[in-house]
Amino acid sequence: MLEQQLVNGVVLGATYALFALGFTLMFGVMGVINLTYGVYFAVGAFAALWTTQALGLPIAAAVVVGALIAGVLAVAIDTLLLTRLRKAKAPELASLMVTLGATLFLYAGMAASLGTEIRRFPAAVFDGGAYSLGEVRVGATQILIFAAALVLVVALMALVRGSRIGLAIRAVAENPDAAALMGIDGALMLRVVSFLSGAIGGAAGVLVGLNFNAIQPFMGEHMMLRGFAVIIVGGLGDLRGALLAGLLLGLAEVLTAAYLSSTLKDMIAFGLLVATLWFRPMGLFGRAAAKRA
Amino acid sequence: MSDLLRVEGLRLGYGRADVVHAIDLTVARGSIVSLIGSNGAGKTTILRALSGLMKPRAGAIRFLDGTPADIAGEAAHRVARRGIVQVPEGRQVFANLTVAENLRLGAYHAPGPEVARRQEAVVARFPRLGERLGQQAGYLSGGEQQMLAMGRALMAEPVLLLLDEPSMGLAPLIVEEIFSIIADLRREGRTILLVEQNATAALGVADHAYVLETGRIRLQGPAAEIARNPEVTAAYLGL
Repeated sequence: MLEQQLVNGVVLGATYALFALGFTLMFGVMGVINLTYGVYFAVGAFAALWTTQALGLPIAAAVVVGALIAGVLAVAIDTLLLTRLRKAKAPELASLMVTLGATLFLYAGMAASLGTEIRRFPAAVFDGGAYSLGEVRVGATQILIFAAALVLVVALMALVRGSRIGLAIRAVAENPDAAALMGIDGALMLRVVSFLSGAIGGAAGVLVGLNFNAIQPFMGEHMMLRGFAVIIVGGLGDLRGALLAGLLLGLAEVLTAAYLSSTLKDMIAFGLLVATLWFRPMGLFGRAAAKRA
Repeated sequence: MSDLLRVEGLRLGYGRADVVHAIDLTVARGSIVSLIGSNGAGKTTILRALSGLMKPRAGAIRFLDGTPADIAGEAAHRVARRGIVQVPEGRQVFANLTVAENLRLGAYHAPGPEVARRQEAVVARFPRLGERLGQQAGYLSGGEQQMLAMGRALMAEPVLLLLDEPSMGLAPLIVEEIFSIIADLRREGRTILLVEQNATAALGVADHAYVLETGRIRLQGPAAEIARNPEVTAAYLGL
Protein backbone atom coordinates (compact mmCIF):
# COMPACT_ATOMS: atom_id res chain seq x y z
CA MET A 1 0.00 0.00 0.00
CA LEU A 2 1.42 3.35 -1.08
CA GLU A 3 0.68 5.31 2.12
CA GLN A 4 2.42 2.71 4.25
CA GLN A 5 5.44 2.72 1.94
CA LEU A 6 5.56 6.51 2.05
CA VAL A 7 5.65 6.44 5.86
CA ASN A 8 8.43 3.84 5.81
CA GLY A 9 10.25 5.85 3.17
CA VAL A 10 10.09 9.08 5.14
CA VAL A 11 11.39 7.36 8.27
CA LEU A 12 14.29 5.80 6.38
CA GLY A 13 14.90 9.04 4.50
CA ALA A 14 15.10 10.96 7.78
CA THR A 15 17.94 8.72 8.94
CA TYR A 16 19.73 9.12 5.61
CA ALA A 17 19.28 12.87 5.81
CA LEU A 18 20.74 12.88 9.32
CA PHE A 19 23.69 10.74 8.24
CA ALA A 20 24.38 12.98 5.25
CA LEU A 21 24.02 16.13 7.32
CA GLY A 22 26.96 15.20 9.54
CA PHE A 23 28.99 14.11 6.52
CA THR A 24 28.34 17.28 4.57
CA LEU A 25 29.02 19.47 7.61
CA MET A 26 32.43 17.85 7.92
CA PHE A 27 33.08 18.26 4.22
CA GLY A 28 31.69 21.78 3.96
CA VAL A 29 33.67 23.20 6.85
CA MET A 30 36.88 21.20 6.75
CA GLY A 31 37.09 20.81 3.00
CA VAL A 32 38.19 17.18 3.34
CA ILE A 33 36.36 14.00 2.54
CA ASN A 34 36.81 12.17 5.79
CA LEU A 35 36.14 8.50 5.15
CA THR A 36 36.24 7.63 8.87
CA TYR A 37 32.73 9.08 9.04
CA GLY A 38 31.27 5.60 8.46
CA VAL A 39 33.11 4.36 11.54
CA TYR A 40 31.30 6.87 13.79
CA PHE A 41 28.04 5.50 12.44
CA ALA A 42 28.92 1.96 13.52
CA VAL A 43 30.47 3.10 16.81
CA GLY A 44 27.30 5.02 17.68
CA ALA A 45 25.18 1.97 17.02
CA PHE A 46 27.40 -0.30 19.14
CA ALA A 47 27.50 2.25 21.95
CA ALA A 48 23.69 2.32 21.91
CA LEU A 49 23.56 -1.46 21.95
CA TRP A 50 25.82 -1.50 24.99
CA THR A 51 23.74 1.21 26.70
CA THR A 52 20.50 -0.73 26.26
CA GLN A 53 21.93 -4.21 26.90
CA ALA A 54 24.55 -3.75 29.60
CA LEU A 55 23.18 -0.66 31.31
CA GLY A 56 19.50 -1.39 30.63
CA LEU A 57 18.83 2.27 29.77
CA PRO A 58 15.99 3.31 27.44
CA ILE A 59 16.69 3.82 23.75
CA ALA A 60 16.41 7.63 23.96
CA ALA A 61 19.37 7.62 26.38
CA ALA A 62 21.18 5.26 24.01
CA VAL A 63 20.89 7.79 21.18
CA VAL A 64 22.58 10.39 23.40
CA VAL A 65 25.33 8.01 24.56
CA GLY A 66 25.96 6.81 20.99
CA ALA A 67 26.21 10.39 19.76
CA LEU A 68 28.57 11.48 22.56
CA ILE A 69 30.95 8.55 22.16
CA ALA A 70 31.05 8.90 18.37
CA GLY A 71 31.58 12.67 18.68
CA VAL A 72 34.53 12.29 21.05
CA LEU A 73 36.06 9.63 18.78
CA ALA A 74 35.70 11.95 15.79
CA VAL A 75 37.56 14.74 17.60
CA ALA A 76 40.32 12.33 18.63
CA ILE A 77 40.75 10.97 15.11
CA ASP A 78 40.70 14.41 13.51
CA THR A 79 43.26 15.72 16.00
CA LEU A 80 45.49 12.69 15.59
CA LEU A 81 45.36 12.33 11.81
CA LEU A 82 44.29 15.53 10.11
CA THR A 83 45.65 18.41 12.20
CA ARG A 84 49.19 17.78 10.96
CA LEU A 85 48.04 17.59 7.34
CA ARG A 86 46.06 20.79 7.70
CA LYS A 87 49.07 22.62 9.16
CA ALA A 88 51.25 21.40 6.31
CA LYS A 89 48.51 22.41 3.81
CA ALA A 90 48.73 18.90 2.36
CA PRO A 91 46.81 18.17 -0.85
CA GLU A 92 43.26 16.82 -0.48
CA LEU A 93 44.32 13.41 -1.72
CA ALA A 94 46.58 13.07 1.34
CA SER A 95 43.66 13.40 3.77
CA LEU A 96 41.60 11.05 1.64
CA MET A 97 44.31 8.37 1.81
CA VAL A 98 44.96 8.88 5.51
CA THR A 99 41.28 8.58 6.40
CA LEU A 100 40.92 5.56 4.10
CA GLY A 101 43.77 3.85 5.94
CA ALA A 102 42.32 4.80 9.32
CA THR A 103 38.92 3.47 8.27
CA LEU A 104 40.30 0.06 7.29
CA PHE A 105 42.29 -0.04 10.53
CA LEU A 106 39.28 0.84 12.66
CA TYR A 107 36.88 -1.56 10.90
CA ALA A 108 39.38 -4.39 11.31
CA GLY A 109 39.77 -3.48 14.98
CA MET A 110 36.03 -3.47 15.50
CA ALA A 111 35.53 -6.74 13.64
CA ALA A 112 38.29 -8.39 15.68
CA SER A 113 36.99 -7.19 19.04
CA LEU A 114 33.23 -7.26 18.45
CA GLY A 115 32.84 -10.03 15.86
CA THR A 116 31.09 -9.67 12.53
CA GLU A 117 27.78 -11.34 13.38
CA ILE A 118 24.67 -9.19 13.27
CA ARG A 119 23.59 -7.97 16.72
CA ARG A 120 20.10 -6.92 17.69
CA PHE A 121 18.67 -4.53 20.26
CA PRO A 122 16.93 -6.13 23.27
CA ALA A 123 13.26 -6.82 22.60
CA ALA A 124 12.24 -4.36 25.34
CA VAL A 125 13.43 -1.50 23.11
CA PHE A 126 10.55 -2.17 20.73
CA ASP A 127 7.87 -2.42 23.41
CA GLY A 128 6.21 0.84 22.45
CA GLY A 129 3.62 -0.84 20.22
CA ALA A 130 2.19 0.76 17.12
CA TYR A 131 -0.44 3.27 16.10
CA SER A 132 -2.90 2.78 13.28
CA LEU A 133 -4.09 5.61 11.12
CA GLY A 134 -6.64 4.01 8.83
CA GLU A 135 -4.70 1.31 7.05
CA VAL A 136 -1.33 2.85 7.82
CA ARG A 137 0.58 1.40 10.72
CA VAL A 138 3.28 3.47 12.40
CA GLY A 139 5.48 1.80 15.01
CA ALA A 140 6.49 3.68 18.15
CA THR A 141 10.09 2.98 17.15
CA GLN A 142 9.48 4.62 13.76
CA ILE A 143 8.07 7.67 15.51
CA LEU A 144 11.11 7.79 17.78
CA ILE A 145 13.47 7.51 14.81
CA PHE A 146 11.72 10.26 12.90
CA ALA A 147 11.38 12.52 15.92
CA ALA A 148 15.01 12.08 16.93
CA ALA A 149 16.21 12.75 13.38
CA LEU A 150 13.97 15.82 13.18
CA VAL A 151 15.13 17.23 16.52
CA LEU A 152 18.79 16.74 15.63
CA VAL A 153 18.36 18.27 12.18
CA VAL A 154 16.51 21.30 13.54
CA ALA A 155 19.02 21.74 16.37
CA LEU A 156 21.98 21.53 14.00
CA MET A 157 20.44 23.95 11.51
CA ALA A 158 19.63 26.39 14.33
CA LEU A 159 23.18 26.13 15.61
CA VAL A 160 24.85 26.62 12.25
CA ARG A 161 22.47 29.20 10.82
CA GLY A 162 21.29 31.07 13.89
CA SER A 163 23.96 31.12 16.59
CA ARG A 164 27.16 33.05 17.20
CA ILE A 165 29.26 29.87 17.16
CA GLY A 166 27.55 28.78 13.93
CA LEU A 167 28.52 32.10 12.37
CA ALA A 168 32.12 31.52 13.44
CA ILE A 169 32.00 28.02 11.95
CA ARG A 170 30.77 29.40 8.63
CA ALA A 171 33.47 32.07 8.69
CA VAL A 172 36.20 29.49 9.33
CA ALA A 173 34.78 27.34 6.50
CA GLU A 174 35.03 30.21 4.07
CA ASN A 175 38.30 31.86 5.05
CA PRO A 176 40.23 30.57 8.07
CA ASP A 177 42.82 33.38 7.97
CA ALA A 178 40.24 36.15 7.88
CA ALA A 179 38.35 34.42 10.69
CA ALA A 180 41.54 34.30 12.78
CA LEU A 181 41.93 38.06 12.23
CA MET A 182 38.50 38.44 13.88
CA GLY A 183 39.81 36.63 16.97
CA ILE A 184 38.19 33.31 16.12
CA ASP A 185 40.14 30.22 17.15
CA GLY A 186 39.95 28.17 13.96
CA ALA A 187 41.38 24.99 15.51
CA LEU A 188 38.74 25.10 18.23
CA MET A 189 35.97 25.55 15.64
CA LEU A 190 37.27 22.55 13.69
CA ARG A 191 37.11 20.47 16.87
CA VAL A 192 33.55 21.65 17.45
CA VAL A 193 32.62 20.67 13.90
CA SER A 194 34.38 17.31 14.26
CA PHE A 195 32.43 16.62 17.40
CA LEU A 196 29.12 17.70 15.90
CA SER A 197 29.50 15.68 12.73
CA GLY A 198 30.81 12.62 14.59
CA ALA A 199 27.91 12.86 17.04
CA ILE A 200 25.40 13.18 14.23
CA GLY A 201 26.95 10.22 12.42
CA GLY A 202 26.76 8.24 15.66
CA ALA A 203 23.13 9.19 16.28
CA ALA A 204 22.29 8.23 12.70
CA GLY A 205 23.95 4.86 13.35
CA VAL A 206 21.73 4.27 16.36
CA LEU A 207 18.59 5.20 14.43
CA VAL A 208 19.42 3.15 11.33
CA GLY A 209 20.42 0.21 13.54
CA LEU A 210 17.06 0.58 15.22
CA ASN A 211 15.16 0.86 11.95
CA PHE A 212 16.54 -2.42 10.58
CA ASN A 213 17.34 -3.86 14.01
CA ALA A 214 20.70 -4.99 12.72
CA ILE A 215 24.08 -3.84 13.99
CA GLN A 216 27.50 -4.96 12.82
CA PRO A 217 30.91 -3.31 12.40
CA PHE A 218 30.65 -2.82 8.63
CA MET A 219 27.22 -1.18 8.68
CA GLY A 220 28.89 2.21 8.19
CA GLU A 221 30.59 1.08 5.02
CA HIS A 222 27.27 0.28 3.34
CA MET A 223 26.05 3.67 4.41
CA MET A 224 28.99 5.62 2.99
CA LEU A 225 27.98 5.11 -0.65
CA ARG A 226 24.56 6.47 0.23
CA GLY A 227 26.25 9.30 2.10
CA PHE A 228 28.27 10.22 -0.98
CA ALA A 229 25.19 10.00 -3.17
CA VAL A 230 23.23 12.25 -0.84
CA ILE A 231 25.87 14.96 -0.48
CA ILE A 232 26.54 15.02 -4.21
CA VAL A 233 22.86 15.04 -5.14
CA GLY A 234 22.26 17.75 -2.51
CA GLY A 235 25.25 19.85 -3.53
CA LEU A 236 28.60 19.43 -1.78
CA GLY A 237 28.68 21.08 1.61
CA ASP A 238 25.08 22.30 1.48
CA LEU A 239 23.02 21.36 4.55
CA ARG A 240 19.57 21.92 3.02
CA GLY A 241 20.57 19.90 -0.04
CA ALA A 242 21.72 17.00 2.14
CA LEU A 243 18.41 17.02 3.99
CA LEU A 244 16.29 16.97 0.87
CA ALA A 245 18.43 14.45 -0.98
CA GLY A 246 18.46 12.17 2.08
CA LEU A 247 14.68 12.14 2.28
CA LEU A 248 14.47 11.60 -1.47
CA LEU A 249 16.82 8.61 -1.37
CA GLY A 250 14.98 6.99 1.54
CA LEU A 251 11.66 7.30 -0.27
CA ALA A 252 13.11 6.08 -3.56
CA GLU A 253 14.66 3.01 -1.93
CA VAL A 254 11.51 2.01 -0.08
CA LEU A 255 9.28 2.52 -3.12
CA THR A 256 11.68 0.58 -5.36
CA ALA A 257 11.80 -2.31 -2.91
CA ALA A 258 8.00 -2.31 -2.61
CA TYR A 259 6.99 -1.97 -6.25
CA LEU A 260 9.94 -3.21 -8.28
CA SER A 261 12.36 -5.47 -6.49
CA SER A 262 14.26 -5.25 -3.24
CA THR A 263 17.42 -6.31 -5.05
CA LEU A 264 17.20 -3.14 -7.14
CA LYS A 265 17.05 -0.79 -4.19
CA ASP A 266 20.82 -0.61 -3.73
CA MET A 267 21.12 0.63 -7.30
CA ILE A 268 19.06 3.70 -6.53
CA ALA A 269 21.75 5.63 -4.66
CA PHE A 270 24.28 4.98 -7.36
CA GLY A 271 21.78 5.78 -10.12
CA LEU A 272 20.91 9.13 -8.48
CA LEU A 273 24.60 9.88 -8.06
CA VAL A 274 25.40 9.29 -11.71
CA ALA A 275 22.32 11.12 -12.95
CA THR A 276 23.22 14.14 -10.80
CA LEU A 277 26.78 14.22 -12.06
CA TRP A 278 25.53 14.03 -15.64
CA PHE A 279 22.71 16.52 -15.55
CA ARG A 280 23.32 18.82 -12.59
CA PRO A 281 26.89 18.38 -11.35
CA MET A 282 26.56 21.16 -8.77
CA GLY A 283 23.70 19.24 -7.08
CA LEU A 284 20.28 20.48 -6.01
CA PHE A 285 21.52 23.50 -4.09
CA GLY A 286 25.20 23.51 -4.91
CA ARG A 287 27.09 26.31 -6.50
CA ALA A 288 30.33 25.39 -8.23
CA ALA A 289 33.41 25.63 -6.05
CA ALA A 290 31.59 27.39 -3.21
CA LYS A 291 32.28 26.17 0.28
CA ARG A 292 29.38 26.57 2.64
CA ALA A 293 27.98 25.02 5.74
CA MET B 1 53.32 60.50 22.37
CA SER B 2 54.10 57.13 23.92
CA ASP B 3 54.87 54.12 21.75
CA LEU B 4 52.17 51.51 21.21
CA LEU B 5 54.13 49.10 19.04
CA ARG B 6 57.87 48.54 18.86
CA VAL B 7 59.26 46.09 16.33
CA GLU B 8 62.89 45.11 16.84
CA GLY B 9 65.09 43.14 14.47
CA LEU B 10 62.16 41.46 12.73
CA ARG B 11 63.30 38.88 10.19
CA LEU B 12 60.74 37.13 7.96
CA GLY B 13 60.88 34.74 5.07
CA TYR B 14 59.26 32.07 2.96
CA GLY B 15 61.01 28.76 2.30
CA ARG B 16 64.75 29.38 2.14
CA ALA B 17 64.55 33.05 1.24
CA ASP B 18 64.46 35.91 3.71
CA VAL B 19 61.99 38.55 2.58
CA VAL B 20 62.36 41.02 5.45
CA HIS B 21 65.80 41.59 6.95
CA ALA B 22 65.94 42.60 10.60
CA ILE B 23 63.83 45.74 10.48
CA ASP B 24 63.01 48.08 13.37
CA LEU B 25 59.77 50.02 13.39
CA THR B 26 57.84 52.05 15.95
CA VAL B 27 54.22 53.17 16.03
CA ALA B 28 53.30 55.96 18.45
CA ARG B 29 49.91 55.93 20.13
CA GLY B 30 47.30 58.00 18.28
CA SER B 31 49.34 58.34 15.10
CA ILE B 32 49.20 57.01 11.58
CA VAL B 33 52.40 55.34 10.50
CA SER B 34 52.70 54.53 6.85
CA LEU B 35 54.83 51.84 5.30
CA ILE B 36 55.40 52.51 1.63
CA GLY B 37 57.39 50.67 -0.98
CA SER B 38 57.06 48.99 -4.31
CA ASN B 39 55.46 45.63 -4.97
CA GLY B 40 57.42 42.81 -3.33
CA ALA B 41 59.24 45.08 -0.85
CA GLY B 42 57.85 43.02 2.03
CA LYS B 43 55.10 45.34 3.29
CA THR B 44 52.31 42.76 3.41
CA THR B 45 54.68 40.17 4.89
CA ILE B 46 55.40 42.55 7.79
CA LEU B 47 51.69 43.08 8.45
CA ARG B 48 51.06 39.32 8.37
CA ALA B 49 53.72 38.86 11.03
CA LEU B 50 52.27 41.64 13.18
CA SER B 51 48.79 40.13 13.06
CA GLY B 52 50.07 36.62 13.78
CA LEU B 53 49.34 35.06 10.39
CA MET B 54 53.04 34.44 9.93
CA LYS B 55 55.76 33.34 12.37
CA PRO B 56 58.86 35.55 12.42
CA ARG B 57 62.30 33.95 12.03
CA ALA B 58 63.80 36.36 14.54
CA GLY B 59 63.04 39.58 16.35
CA ALA B 60 60.53 40.97 18.77
CA ILE B 61 57.12 42.57 18.31
CA ARG B 62 56.45 44.53 21.49
CA PHE B 63 52.86 45.56 22.01
CA LEU B 64 52.74 48.14 24.76
CA ASP B 65 49.02 48.29 25.51
CA GLY B 66 48.46 47.40 29.16
CA THR B 67 51.16 44.98 30.27
CA PRO B 68 53.86 45.11 27.56
CA ALA B 69 54.23 41.80 25.75
CA ASP B 70 56.34 40.34 22.98
CA ILE B 71 53.71 38.96 20.64
CA ALA B 72 56.09 37.61 17.97
CA GLY B 73 54.83 34.18 16.92
CA GLU B 74 51.54 34.41 18.83
CA ALA B 75 48.54 32.88 17.04
CA ALA B 76 46.48 35.33 14.98
CA HIS B 77 43.27 34.89 16.96
CA ARG B 78 45.12 35.73 20.20
CA VAL B 79 46.73 38.80 18.64
CA ALA B 80 43.30 39.94 17.47
CA ARG B 81 41.95 39.62 20.99
CA ARG B 82 44.69 41.94 22.21
CA GLY B 83 43.18 44.59 19.96
CA ILE B 84 45.49 44.40 16.94
CA VAL B 85 43.11 44.07 14.03
CA GLN B 86 44.11 43.77 10.42
CA VAL B 87 42.16 44.74 7.34
CA PRO B 88 43.80 42.27 4.98
CA GLU B 89 45.03 42.85 1.47
CA GLY B 90 42.29 42.18 -1.07
CA ARG B 91 39.59 42.86 1.56
CA GLN B 92 38.85 39.20 2.27
CA VAL B 93 35.27 39.80 3.35
CA PHE B 94 33.26 36.62 3.91
CA ALA B 95 31.61 36.53 0.50
CA ASN B 96 28.97 33.92 1.38
CA LEU B 97 27.85 35.77 4.50
CA THR B 98 25.70 38.89 4.66
CA VAL B 99 27.06 42.35 5.39
CA ALA B 100 25.49 42.21 8.87
CA GLU B 101 27.07 38.81 9.56
CA ASN B 102 30.47 40.11 8.45
CA LEU B 103 30.12 43.03 10.86
CA ARG B 104 28.96 40.72 13.64
CA LEU B 105 32.12 38.66 13.18
CA GLY B 106 34.23 41.77 13.66
CA ALA B 107 32.78 42.09 17.15
CA TYR B 108 32.85 38.34 17.76
CA HIS B 109 34.15 38.65 21.32
CA ALA B 110 32.12 41.71 22.29
CA PRO B 111 29.15 41.29 24.64
CA GLY B 112 25.70 41.23 22.96
CA PRO B 113 24.43 44.77 23.67
CA GLU B 114 27.79 46.23 22.59
CA VAL B 115 27.41 44.69 19.14
CA ALA B 116 24.33 46.72 18.24
CA ARG B 117 25.92 49.95 19.47
CA ARG B 118 29.10 49.33 17.49
CA GLN B 119 27.15 48.39 14.38
CA GLU B 120 25.25 51.68 14.61
CA ALA B 121 28.55 53.57 14.78
CA VAL B 122 29.97 51.68 11.79
CA VAL B 123 26.82 52.22 9.73
CA ALA B 124 26.91 55.93 10.57
CA ARG B 125 30.44 56.02 9.22
CA PHE B 126 29.66 53.91 6.15
CA PRO B 127 26.00 54.63 5.31
CA ARG B 128 26.21 52.45 2.21
CA LEU B 129 26.76 49.38 4.38
CA GLY B 130 23.59 50.26 6.27
CA GLU B 131 21.60 49.98 3.06
CA ARG B 132 23.03 46.56 2.33
CA LEU B 133 23.02 44.82 5.70
CA GLY B 134 21.05 41.81 4.44
CA GLN B 135 23.00 41.43 1.20
CA GLN B 136 25.64 38.78 0.61
CA ALA B 137 29.04 40.44 0.85
CA GLY B 138 30.25 38.73 -2.33
CA TYR B 139 27.82 40.85 -4.35
CA LEU B 140 29.17 44.20 -3.13
CA SER B 141 31.35 46.39 -5.35
CA GLY B 142 35.07 46.60 -4.66
CA GLY B 143 34.71 49.93 -2.85
CA GLU B 144 31.83 48.64 -0.72
CA GLN B 145 33.83 45.54 0.13
CA GLN B 146 36.72 47.72 1.27
CA MET B 147 34.30 49.69 3.45
CA LEU B 148 32.94 46.44 4.83
CA ALA B 149 36.42 45.14 5.58
CA MET B 150 37.21 48.39 7.43
CA GLY B 151 33.83 48.42 9.15
CA ARG B 152 34.31 44.82 10.24
CA ALA B 153 37.70 45.71 11.75
CA LEU B 154 36.26 48.77 13.50
CA MET B 155 33.56 46.56 15.06
CA ALA B 156 36.40 45.13 17.17
CA GLU B 157 37.22 48.67 18.44
CA PRO B 158 40.87 47.99 17.73
CA VAL B 159 43.72 49.42 19.78
CA LEU B 160 45.92 49.20 16.70
CA LEU B 161 44.44 49.03 13.22
CA LEU B 162 46.55 47.48 10.46
CA LEU B 163 45.43 48.52 6.97
CA ASP B 164 46.87 46.59 4.05
CA GLU B 165 46.56 48.37 0.69
CA PRO B 166 43.12 49.88 1.26
CA SER B 167 43.24 51.64 -2.13
CA MET B 168 44.13 48.58 -4.18
CA GLY B 169 42.04 48.19 -7.33
CA LEU B 170 39.62 51.00 -6.45
CA ALA B 171 38.46 53.97 -8.54
CA PRO B 172 40.08 57.33 -7.62
CA LEU B 173 36.87 58.74 -6.13
CA ILE B 174 36.48 55.75 -3.82
CA VAL B 175 40.16 55.97 -2.84
CA GLU B 176 39.56 59.58 -1.84
CA GLU B 177 36.58 58.52 0.26
CA ILE B 178 38.53 55.75 1.97
CA PHE B 179 41.41 58.06 2.80
CA SER B 180 39.11 60.72 4.18
CA ILE B 181 37.75 58.05 6.52
CA ILE B 182 41.29 57.10 7.51
CA ALA B 183 41.92 60.79 8.31
CA ASP B 184 38.72 60.84 10.41
CA LEU B 185 39.94 57.83 12.37
CA ARG B 186 43.23 59.64 13.03
CA ARG B 187 41.33 62.67 14.37
CA GLU B 188 39.38 60.38 16.68
CA GLY B 189 42.68 59.26 18.16
CA ARG B 190 43.01 55.80 16.61
CA THR B 191 46.42 54.31 16.01
CA ILE B 192 46.93 53.00 12.49
CA LEU B 193 49.71 51.24 10.64
CA LEU B 194 49.01 51.78 6.96
CA VAL B 195 50.64 49.79 4.19
CA GLU B 196 50.15 51.38 0.78
CA GLN B 197 51.51 51.43 -2.75
CA ASN B 198 49.72 54.70 -3.36
CA ALA B 199 52.44 56.73 -1.67
CA THR B 200 50.85 60.11 -2.36
CA ALA B 201 47.66 59.20 -0.54
CA ALA B 202 49.49 57.39 2.26
CA LEU B 203 51.93 60.23 2.96
CA GLY B 204 49.01 62.66 2.86
CA VAL B 205 47.36 61.16 5.94
CA ALA B 206 50.35 59.75 7.83
CA ASP B 207 52.32 61.33 10.69
CA HIS B 208 55.36 59.19 10.22
CA ALA B 209 56.54 57.04 7.32
CA TYR B 210 58.90 54.22 6.54
CA VAL B 211 60.12 53.49 3.02
CA LEU B 212 60.75 49.81 2.49
CA GLU B 213 62.97 48.46 -0.27
CA THR B 214 63.57 44.73 -0.81
CA GLY B 215 62.95 43.95 2.81
CA ARG B 216 65.03 46.74 4.32
CA ILE B 217 64.07 50.14 5.64
CA ARG B 218 65.58 52.64 3.27
CA LEU B 219 64.26 55.86 4.81
CA GLN B 220 62.11 56.95 7.67
CA GLY B 221 60.90 60.18 9.20
CA PRO B 222 57.93 62.51 9.52
CA ALA B 223 55.58 61.86 6.58
CA ALA B 224 55.79 65.46 5.35
CA GLU B 225 59.59 65.23 5.15
CA ILE B 226 59.50 61.89 3.42
CA ALA B 227 57.06 63.32 0.89
CA ARG B 228 59.60 66.06 0.06
CA ASN B 229 62.57 63.70 -0.17
CA PRO B 230 63.84 63.78 -3.76
CA GLU B 231 64.52 60.03 -3.83
CA VAL B 232 60.96 59.31 -2.74
CA THR B 233 59.38 61.79 -5.12
CA ALA B 234 61.31 60.25 -7.98
CA ALA B 235 60.70 56.63 -7.10
CA TYR B 236 57.19 56.55 -5.57
CA LEU B 237 55.36 59.79 -6.19
CA GLY B 238 55.93 59.87 -9.94
CA LEU B 239 57.02 63.51 -9.79
